[in-house]
Amino acid sequence: MNITQLLNQLPGAAAQGLIWGIMAIGVYITFRILDTADLTVDGSFATGGAVAAILITSGVNPWLATIIAFLAGLMAGLITGVLHTGMGIPAILAGILTQLALYSVNLRIQGLGTDLGSRANVPLSINKYKNMLVSLRNVGNFSIENPIWLMLLITAVLIGIMYWFFGTEYGCGLRAVGSNQQMARAQGISTGRGKIVGLMLSNGLVAFSGALMAQYQGFSDVSMGRGAIVIGLAAVIIGEVIFGKLFRNFALKLLAVSLGAIIYYLVIQVVLWLGLNTDDLKLLTALVVALFLAMPYWRNHMAARRMKGGKPVG
Amino acid sequence: MAENEMLVLKNLHKTFNPGTVTQKTALDGVNLTLQKGDFVTVIGGNGAGKSTMLNAIAGSFHIDSGSIILGGQNITSLPEHRRAAFLGRVFQDPMMGTAASMNIEENLALAARRGQRRSLSWGIRADERAAFREKLATLDLGLESRLGSKAGLLSGGQRQALTLLMATLKQPELLLLDEHTAALDPKTADKVLRLTNQLITENGLTALMVTHNMKDALALGNRTIMMHEGRVILDLDAQQKQDMTVEDLLAQFEQVSGRQLANDRMLLT
Repeated sequence: MNITQLLNQLPGAAAQGLIWGIMAIGVYITFRILDTADLTVDGSFATGGAVAAILITSGVNPWLATIIAFLAGLMAGLITGVLHTGMGIPAILAGILTQLALYSVNLRIQGLGTDLGSRANVPLSINKYKNMLVSLRNVGNFSIENPIWLMLLITAVLIGIMYWFFGTEYGCGLRAVGSNQQMARAQGISTGRGKIVGLMLSNGLVAFSGALMAQYQGFSDVSMGRGAIVIGLAAVIIGEVIFGKLFRNFALKLLAVSLGAIIYYLVIQVVLWLGLNTDDLKLLTALVVALFLAMPYWRNHMAARRMKGGKPVG
Repeated sequence: MAENEMLVLKNLHKTFNPGTVTQKTALDGVNLTLQKGDFVTVIGGNGAGKSTMLNAIAGSFHIDSGSIILGGQNITSLPEHRRAAFLGRVFQDPMMGTAASMNIEENLALAARRGQRRSLSWGIRADERAAFREKLATLDLGLESRLGSKAGLLSGGQRQALTLLMATLKQPELLLLDEHTAALDPKTADKVLRLTNQLITENGLTALMVTHNMKDALALGNRTIMMHEGRVILDLDAQQKQDMTVEDLLAQFEQVSGRQLANDRMLLT
């Protein structure tokens, strides 16, 4: 165990955390603002990567490719939204259906222009596509090329846009849909349409993040989104546990989500450095998220027990 | 149709869970006309169709047959959120009327835009804030200094008072009050009821108020209707209300419906 080896890994962890942080802000929109668990994201993250990769390899400007990936994410969210509100399928199942369908769609997107018409992986070498927005090759350098700077800027701009949007009349209406649907309808807000817009926005950000991740890691893979929802939730929850008492303002809450993602990746680096097998990472992540999700429930249970004079309830 | 008719319900029918063992005819030919400015109290036993009638007007579900005409416009097939433009609503459950995770001023700002297109301009204007503070002060609950508090932190009575204010902030064509004091303690219920009466009278609102309290039903408003098995079975005007006691009302009910209306909840409150 060499400490410099760990220190060398930290910038990369921070950059990954920043990229996943954008994905986690997308998860925050559905999970916290709309009060829905949306599992589309595992698929739409890879969709973002696939769309960006196929566009960049065919010569499209990486900025434009990343923005088109965002639009593709909007479409993924639209499908889940219509399955949910237009066809009455429970939100969680609607998300799973879209996610499953997207696996095939993503293979097809990545296979565009190939003989087979479907492909699991698209390489994106920084040597070949020098104008990509971010790349892990530069993460150790103290130069303007370091992806951390651009990711910080993109994160700040996105948080600013989200803060503005959810403060507008329209955004307040969306928050009302997530808070109390009956009240929202009584104020003339269509809850169905609100949920669709929220799901679209969320998956748009997730795909945007996937597009950046594909560029960062130098390839797009059809399974790069596996477990994304859990990483997103981990970031949301870590951010809330650490900064919840400190950050009351909405923009700061979103910042906490991004910081949560960075902390998540830093911790991962540390446990890997301590000798954990990479194969066991997903198990560890799932355990940590389950524990943190259980906390408010346990806290209420304990409070109820105290109220009953220490006797167990029920 | 007469100029002054604000609400016309024509032969409303609604059966829940048709064709199943839980089939329930909730509305069985409701006919009712409200004049502009009418403040009508609605009484009746459990399952008489009082709340169902209010929810039918609000569009929580679609009725099986009949028509609902509000302010001369047929709204029978409009979805719930589109009808909101014309309606102010206060629910029995104090949690239903406000968004708990949003603060008081945001709730009021949402209500101030009831039924309007929601734009991308800022959700609350500075001049609105001052107006909200003024309106909240009239409630006399100290809420005017808590604009930034989450609505979820308020007590049941405070939330109902806030919901009332929200329902009347943008003048509704019809105010629907569904046992909105039933979940409150007697003292708070009394306060919210007085506030209700004040808001309705000051703004000249047309209102339908469901209550299980016969005394309140007779004391408030200019008209009282009684429902039974999904129909309006008694309709008292202001003069008849004045001449009537709770005992008379119970006797009337037995005579019209052939049943006892009284249950513990009605007699004790």
